[in-house]
Amino acid sequence: MILTVHHVTTYDYDAPMRGAVQSLRLFPSRFDGQRTIRWDVEVQGGIRGGNFRDGAGDKVEGWSLRGPVTEVTISAIGQVETTDTAGVLRGHREIVSPFAYLRETSATWIDHALRDLAEAAATGTKDPLDRAHRLSRAVSDAIAYRPGTTHAHTTAAEALSQGEGVCQDHAHALIASARAVGMPARYVSGYLFAREDGEPHEAAHAWAEIWVETIGWIGFDPANECCPDSRYIRIGSGLDAREAAPIKGVAQGDGSERLDVTVALEAVQQ
Amino acid sequence: MTTYFNEMYEGGQVREPYARLEDWTKAMPAALRAMKQAEAEALFRRIGITFAVYGEGGDPDRLIPFDMFPRVFTQAEWRKLERGIKQRARALNAFLLDVYGRAEIVRAGKIPARMVFQNEAFERAVAGFTPPRGIYSHIVGIDIVRTGADEFFVLEDNCRTPSGVSYMLENREIMMRMFPQLFRENRIEPVDGYSDALRRTLASVAPAKCEREPTIAILTPGHYNSAYYEHSFLADLMGVELVEGADLFVEGGFVWMRTTEGPKKLDVIYRRIDDAFLDPLCFRPDSMLGIPGLMDVYRSGGVSICSAPGAGVADDKAVYTFVPEMIRFYLGEEPLLNNVPTWQCAKPDECKYVLENLGELVVKEVHGSGGYGMLVGPKSTKDQIETFRAKIEAHPENYIAQPTLALSATPTFVEEGIAPRHVDLRPYCLVGEKIELVPGGLTRVALKEGSLVVNSSQGGGVKDTWVLAE
Repeated sequence: MILTVHHVTTYDYDAPMRGAVQSLRLFPSRFDGQRTIRWDVEVQGGIRGGNFRDGAGDKVEGWSLRGPVTEVTISAIGQVETTDTAGVLRGHREIVSPFAYLRETSATWIDHALRDLAEAAATGTKDPLDRAHRLSRAVSDAIAYRPGTTHAHTTAAEALSQGEGVCQDHAHALIASARAVGMPARYVSGYLFAREDGEPHEAAHAWAEIWVETIGWIGFDPANECCPDSRYIRIGSGLDAREAAPIKGVAQGDGSERLDVTVALEAVQQ
Repeated sequence: MTTYFNEMYEGGQVREPYARLEDWTKAMPAALRAMKQAEAEALFRRIGITFAVYGEGGDPDRLIPFDMFPRVFTQAEWRKLERGIKQRARALNAFLLDVYGRAEIVRAGKIPARMVFQNEAFERAVAGFTPPRGIYSHIVGIDIVRTGADEFFVLEDNCRTPSGVSYMLENREIMMRMFPQLFRENRIEPVDGYSDALRRTLASVAPAKCEREPTIAILTPGHYNSAYYEHSFLADLMGVELVEGADLFVEGGFVWMRTTEGPKKLDVIYRRIDDAFLDPLCFRPDSMLGIPGLMDVYRSGGVSICSAPGAGVADDKAVYTFVPEMIRFYLGEEPLLNNVPTWQCAKPDECKYVLENLGELVVKEVHGSGGYGMLVGPKSTKDQIETFRAKIEAHPENYIAQPTLALSATPTFVEEGIAPRHVDLRPYCLVGEKIELVPGGLTRVALKEGSLVVNSSQGGGVKDTWVLAE
């Protein structure tokens, strides 16, 4: 599938800021399931900084803006060819040991309920791949997809306790559960092409990857009860949503910020 | 009373390195001594050196007691120490480069993956990055204790930003000012080459993108920090800027320093702030001390940071037990300096031994420092031992134990005259284009009679450390 992405993020400030710095993890991953045809990242009026590929294989680029800044517009526009690898992150170059993904963060802190959920799902099978699937299913069952019920800082434990949330909450809960039974897991940010009819929809997405010893990293999307396929574009990863965020930035000044994000995905007719 | 090695007297004889000091003390009446001591204190106060040694906490304005009786090594003793220290600094750096790369030492099964990758000090953000010359820890402070004429043990390694070197330099300066004749009578290796060596070391790890004489700065958390004196002192000696996070910004893939003549590109940052505070975009988002975007510049090769972020994974007390293995694995050599035998409470059989022998052991927290959270078995009451037993049983993985070492003692001026007091040593090894070690270091002394805890927060003082020339 060839997908066209048009992703524009705008921060508006109600008072001029002295300057802004951005760290963008906003480039499609390189692996067997994805080939970038073109991809342009631009910060309007910004100064491009250095870029590098980190130990997890993500490309990162720094940007800065000189003040006064009243608006920061970040656009990522491009085209990616995807193929279904049944969720397996094959051919992805990275150097970080999977063991580094057993560490808890505040968003993925494992409470009793998460541990119970994970242990219940994991019993009955010793096969790690089977375990990963069961964990993902358990999270899908325990947390209903309901936008607006959680916020950016909701933790895995909170989402589980209220039984509803969005893809970020599903991913956090799955990561925490996997780690609870000793399986390395991480947060993945990206895009999902979900509507064949071409209607605009919320295309920014997130899911989890679990390390399965004999295979490698495998994606699981508990929000959609599946593994990522050719409708998914993988961008970046991290221990949790904060680390994996495609856009991190700070602006210096006293103004308050208003965020506007539009993501449009389109399938190119072949 | 336990026996210990007295560095000045052996079998009733004065040991060679201290030969000339006996006459010096005999010729110093109590009144003169008191005067000199007051003079030394006034000098320390005037220069404002009142900070605590790294991580020790305590009152930042308290003066650490200075003992005028120097601690002396012969050239031969020092050469042996020097070889061992440099060997260790090389191995620690090889380990750091390895664990942020392919982690061959873990693959080879020499150290558990968990201990490295789940370590709080392991920074995933720098994995896969090779800093200039492959060096992560540019200033390695290695704490050493002595138990015999020829027996030295490494107590711990400090790979991040070991402090206290200003004491090494100031103690010497003050001794030379107060007792010039001592320095005429004894041929003592100078330590004042340290600042040049530090500057050389920092300049030698400038990023490849730097095509001229590198600009270096020391990054301090500010004047509220207990080691601020040392930051400004070293900046002064090296002739480099002392900056805070707010003085710096990133643009176009480089770090810039605000100056009265406009922005100046910075190539090497000797940072004296912890990893967590370096860059709010990468580490703690609430950090007010750091520079947003610094890590992106660092990772794309626009600036060097010393010590490299992530260097702390090599100096944790649990990783410490694997340093001899690192030396064999990376250098193919046998360790010249030994570790103190260490029991890991994380291992059930070792924990059992520790709990059965608490009265004789020293127990430390894996992540603790500064002599806090520590049990010295032979010096503790039954209650203290039982409190510790409960702590170990609750979280065995947080504790290690070591035998109570009979630390060597050197003569020290005390209320009643001169008496032996226990000491340790922290030399500062510089790792850049070359590995350099100034002949000397910081000697800390436990001023309380019988005490083995040399930390300034627990009643420790400092001494000038001499290495005699041949």
